[in-house]
Amino acid sequence: MAIFFIFIFLPFLSAILVPFLYKYLNRLVHTGWFVLLAPLFILIYLLQYIPSIAAGETYQYTLSWIPTLGINIVTYVDGLSLLFGLLISGVGVLVIIYSIFYMSKTREALHQFYVYLLLFMGAMLGLVFSDHLLVLYGFWELTSVSSFLLIAYWYERKSSRQGALKAMLITVIGGFGMLAGFIMLIMMADTYSIREIIAQVDVIQNHALFIPAMLCILLGAFTKSAQFPFGIWLPDAMEAPTPVSAYLHSATMVKAGIYLVARTTPIFGGSSVWFWLVAGVGVITLLYGSLSALRQTDLKALLAYSTISQLGLIMSLLGVGSLAVYFGPGEKGSLFTVATFAALFHLFNHSTFKGSLFMVVGIIDHETGKRDIRYLSGLMQVLPVTFTIAMVGAFSMAGLPPFNGFLSKEMFFAAMTELTHVSAFGLDRLGLIFPVIAWIASVFTFVYCMIFVFKTFGGKFHPEKLTRKVHEASFGMLFAPIVLCLFVVLTFFFPNVLGKYILIPALTSVLPMMPISSTDLKISAWHGINTELLMTIGVVVLGFLLFRTAKRWIRLFRNYPQTLTLNHLFNKALPSMEKRAASLTNRYMTGSLRHYLSYIFSFFVMLLLGSLLLNYGLKFDFSNDASITLFDAGLVLVMLIAALTVLLTNHRVVAIVALGAVGYMVSMFFVIFRAPDLALTQMVVETVTTVLFLLCFYHLPKLKKDIERIPFKLSNLIISISVGLTVTLLALSANGHKLFEPITAFFERAYELAGAKNIVNAILVDFRGFDTMLEISVLTIAGLGVYVLIHQRSKRRKQDETE
Amino acid sequence: MIFETILRIALGILMLSILANMYRVVKGPSGADRVQALDSIGINLIASIAAYSVLFHTQAFFDLILLIGILSFIGTIAFARFIERGVVIERKR
Repeated sequence: MAIFFIFIFLPFLSAILVPFLYKYLNRLVHTGWFVLLAPLFILIYLLQYIPSIAAGETYQYTLSWIPTLGINIVTYVDGLSLLFGLLISGVGVLVIIYSIFYMSKTREALHQFYVYLLLFMGAMLGLVFSDHLLVLYGFWELTSVSSFLLIAYWYERKSSRQGALKAMLITVIGGFGMLAGFIMLIMMADTYSIREIIAQVDVIQNHALFIPAMLCILLGAFTKSAQFPFGIWLPDAMEAPTPVSAYLHSATMVKAGIYLVARTTPIFGGSSVWFWLVAGVGVITLLYGSLSALRQTDLKALLAYSTISQLGLIMSLLGVGSLAVYFGPGEKGSLFTVATFAALFHLFNHSTFKGSLFMVVGIIDHETGKRDIRYLSGLMQVLPVTFTIAMVGAFSMAGLPPFNGFLSKEMFFAAMTELTHVSAFGLDRLGLIFPVIAWIASVFTFVYCMIFVFKTFGGKFHPEKLTRKVHEASFGMLFAPIVLCLFVVLTFFFPNVLGKYILIPALTSVLPMMPISSTDLKISAWHGINTELLMTIGVVVLGFLLFRTAKRWIRLFRNYPQTLTLNHLFNKALPSMEKRAASLTNRYMTGSLRHYLSYIFSFFVMLLLGSLLLNYGLKFDFSNDASITLFDAGLVLVMLIAALTVLLTNHRVVAIVALGAVGYMVSMFFVIFRAPDLALTQMVVETVTTVLFLLCFYHLPKLKKDIERIPFKLSNLIISISVGLTVTLLALSANGHKLFEPITAFFERAYELAGAKNIVNAILVDFRGFDTMLEISVLTIAGLGVYVLIHQRSKRRKQDETE
Repeated sequence: MIFETILRIALGILMLSILANMYRVVKGPSGADRVQALDSIGINLIASIAAYSVLFHTQAFFDLILLIGILSFIGTIAFARFIERGVVIERKR
């Protein structure tokens, strides 16, 4: 058990060692050779699982993390996770070998590169083996972060930083949505484990949160796997070093969304929303990616769009495969089981040929200094091995025999045509759309594959266009793509070995409810003349014609207005969002205290008055009130006059005097209500305050001493009146609602408890002395504050004088 | 009983005189008029507190009477200095 975790976390452990190895040994040996060991060990370790997994066993390991919250690192090894684990470690080995020859030992910051790469590898392995939803999310975000770091590896370039930012924004938004979906799933099933959730699928499907959870999780999957319309980050991520593009953006990270969809198919599959979203978005992405790829002149961008397109293909197959869940075991269901099988098969195929194609582009870039097809031509003579690799990869991508892409594309067509015979989900009317779009997209796929091969390698060699002297790449650089190409060809000739040992176990975990027999799922290159084959022949014929006439119509694509692209939309939306946020903030954050006060007061009124009215809190009870004497009324009248004078006067001294009058009247009220201590204090404080006001008044700048009347503003009047009204109403209703007897009876025993005849003083210093102490500190702080303010000011003044 | 009535009448008259002083505070016309009126309000307050103390049969407000006496004096002096010299507290140099 522990061994499994050691292997899974091997990338993280070695990431710690990389900087030291780089520092002490890089002068002798390229750091990549040490890094290579980690995926190699993992690959060898995971290969051991193949026989037992193929026999139908599964393994579960638990590493305790936060057991009190039920959060543990639970890993679950089944066919699907093993397929991904093997892809990650296998392509990882090859990519690291490639990077050893691609990345310069002296010029590049290799320690950073390999730390990020290993982090990514570990995160990806953790992601696919996790059975715990929250742990899965954690690894998911770690892949986003490490991918961000890798895209911005050449951080001194602006385009790298922008690409990284875009990828980060989009994938993290999706990841966040996915977290929400996961939490909904956890709430519905009351467990964190994916397998236990699958076991409770009946409960979940009838739950109100079923559709929201599905949408949220799909958002995560679509953003990560660059589906329409979230795919725009992938072409920009091509600013990363080529090994990164080959690894992350063709073979592993972009398949995390595919993994998620495959993993949750037993939960969500069978619902029409899931089918239409996954299959529909997949097919749209397929068409969009293949059309956009045609426009590109940069080889890496072409491959990026082709990746988007192929991911759409896999996604749509998964969507079609989810019909198997709908139909359940039986003839109809098993027809769509084949679609899921094709998805997994193409997933594997795509990793092999796309990885090799990216490496080819890297070699071309490395050897010629250019990767724009307008500068490249006739490389066939100078780079024969690279040409062979590129041809194998591209023909496989186009779906030609004898390469593995042919097999999966045939199965794709079969699955899509099968949809026309289905009557569920409104497919009887719209089912024809799928094979038609799929076929058109395949034609364009064929065309851009041909462009990729023949524009770069065909034609005449023009060395004058290139900056470097071209010669074939070293064997080390060619090794990894050659191995991948071998897989491409071998899979065509022996597809059933792969099918039996890896794909069928993976299929069992995607569709656990289906009886799966290996005889049904035999992949054969030739099964008679049928619709699929005719479609493929049509693709080749039409594609060839289109390629020959490409010069005439491709201009249409190239001149397609930039303003209508999704990229442009994103690039426009981001600054406009910033601008709008800024203008919104500037609109209310004016810097004027008056405005802020009016917000505070209006909110206060709305909240208090609103809740008073809504809760029927306005009830007045005047039965317990004391009677009002003439003297009281007179005092109130005096206070009113004084207060109005403060408001309406146009001289500040008058305002100060009137304020003093208000204070004196308040102390008179204290007398009437029999509070001698309060009256004393009020009197003193009022006088001191008046003197302080006079002091402040003296220090006003000369220019503004003569003020006019306070300017009238209707909004201020309304706010002030409503605040006064609210407080009055609140006080009146509170006065009428005494919930319990006051506790004054206790304080009346002040003499026997505290030896004091003055209750107020006994409360202040004895019963509740803490408050007094803190108020003393408040006064101390205020005094010190005033001292400091004045002192600092006079100090500054002195400095001014010396200057 | 009669005594109490007399006290209440006295309070009413004091009230009226405070109102009359208030008129001066509002009307002015000069700052000195207003300060005078405030001072006078203080004296009236002293009288009404005294009347209240008799009415309530308490000695608790006697301190207040003394205090108002002192404070209204201080306040008036402060205002007077302010009007006269523009400064309340002069700085020794």
